[in-house]
Amino acid sequence: MMAFVLDVLSWVLLTLGGISVLIGGIGALRMPDLFTRMHAASVTDSLGAILVLTGIMLQAGLSLATIKLAAILLFLLLTSPTASNALASAAMLAGNKPGIDTASDGGGAT
Amino acid sequence: MYYAVTLATLATMALALARAVAGPTVYDRVLAVNMFGTKTVLLVSVIAFLFGRPDFLDLALAYALINFIGVFAVLEFFRSRAIRREAEGGSGR
Amino acid sequence: MTSAPDNPSAPAGARRLRAQLVFVALLVAAWVLWSGMFKPLLLGLGALSCAIAGWIAVRMGYFDTSVFALRFNLRLLRFWWWLLTEIVRSSLEVARVVLSRELRLSTRVVEIDAAMLSPTDQVILGNSITLTPGTLTLDAADGRLLVHTLTVDGARELEEGGMLRRVAAIHEDQACTTQ
Repeated sequence: MMAFVLDVLSWVLLTLGGISVLIGGIGALRMPDLFTRMHAASVTDSLGAILVLTGIMLQAGLSLATIKLAAILLFLLLTSPTASNALASAAMLAGNKPGIDTASDGGGAT
Repeated sequence: MYYAVTLATLATMALALARAVAGPTVYDRVLAVNMFGTKTVLLVSVIAFLFGRPDFLDLALAYALINFIGVFAVLEFFRSRAIRREAEGGSGR
Repeated sequence: MTSAPDNPSAPAGARRLRAQLVFVALLVAAWVLWSGMFKPLLLGLGALSCAIAGWIAVRMGYFDTSVFALRFNLRLLRFWWWLLTEIVRSSLEVARVVLSRELRLSTRVVEIDAAMLSPTDQVILGNSITLTPGTLTLDAADGRLLVHTLTVDGARELEEGGMLRRVAAIHEDQACTTQ
């Protein structure tokens, strides 16, 4: 019974992870400029990685593989913001200023 | 179900590649390549379980390390180039 | 990340030595975990690479500052849990923006004053902001963080300072010992 619940939970996590990875990919392609694209990429980098790796961890159970997966997840979560910061500051230094889009000020925050 | 996640990851990698080709600035390309790299880590982890080869997880971790260092190396290269161009009065453009 | 209780009265040298020992112990544990083989040759290679990594860390001045002394405690776990819920919530927000037919963007750039936090906590705050989809730390200098947000709502939430307060709460009981 317990194994079945864990199985279902991990499939749910994996499916949601796949969806969020896909949404980030679509966003990175659709967004108009660099900084908004980075927001979309951060959906795949944080939520997608958390959901997919946690889903696999539940499948692996208590084993060495789970510890390795946890190490991979921790490493990804510690490094991806650092890489994003470096990318953003390098782009700012090169003169890519973030645009402020006030066109949809009223309706955008629905 | 592993197949579904694998397909979603592959599709996202294709989208990231499209962004890397489309550009327009070099930073968009770096962002796309970084995304491609983290998706590779996820893909390798999923494939490790799809084919029942847990030793692939070591490759995933190694890839995560290399991807991180690689992005920083590329950024440092372009940053120093931008600084140098600034010093030359932007004549290099 | 050390789990050992911090002793503020310990002399700097002893604390430094303990940090180095913990660092080397982590390296050895990582080697044994990843290699999983106990032949003399492989163990010898592991000892060699741990020694080299430790030497490089000392040469880099890794132990000269306490900036990296992130303490692992229950409050940090609670903060991670809160951060996880926050990531899920803002991911849904960004997903809705991405999947809407016309992209309704209302990007903002806000500045957060985090000068009251220690350097470690400023790094935690900046990285947490970046890790949450929809907000992105552009630049950090002199205790001020420049943050780019995808929506007006995200900017408003940041300016209310909920995350700032939660980061400050992680280390509040040891605020006098971190520096």
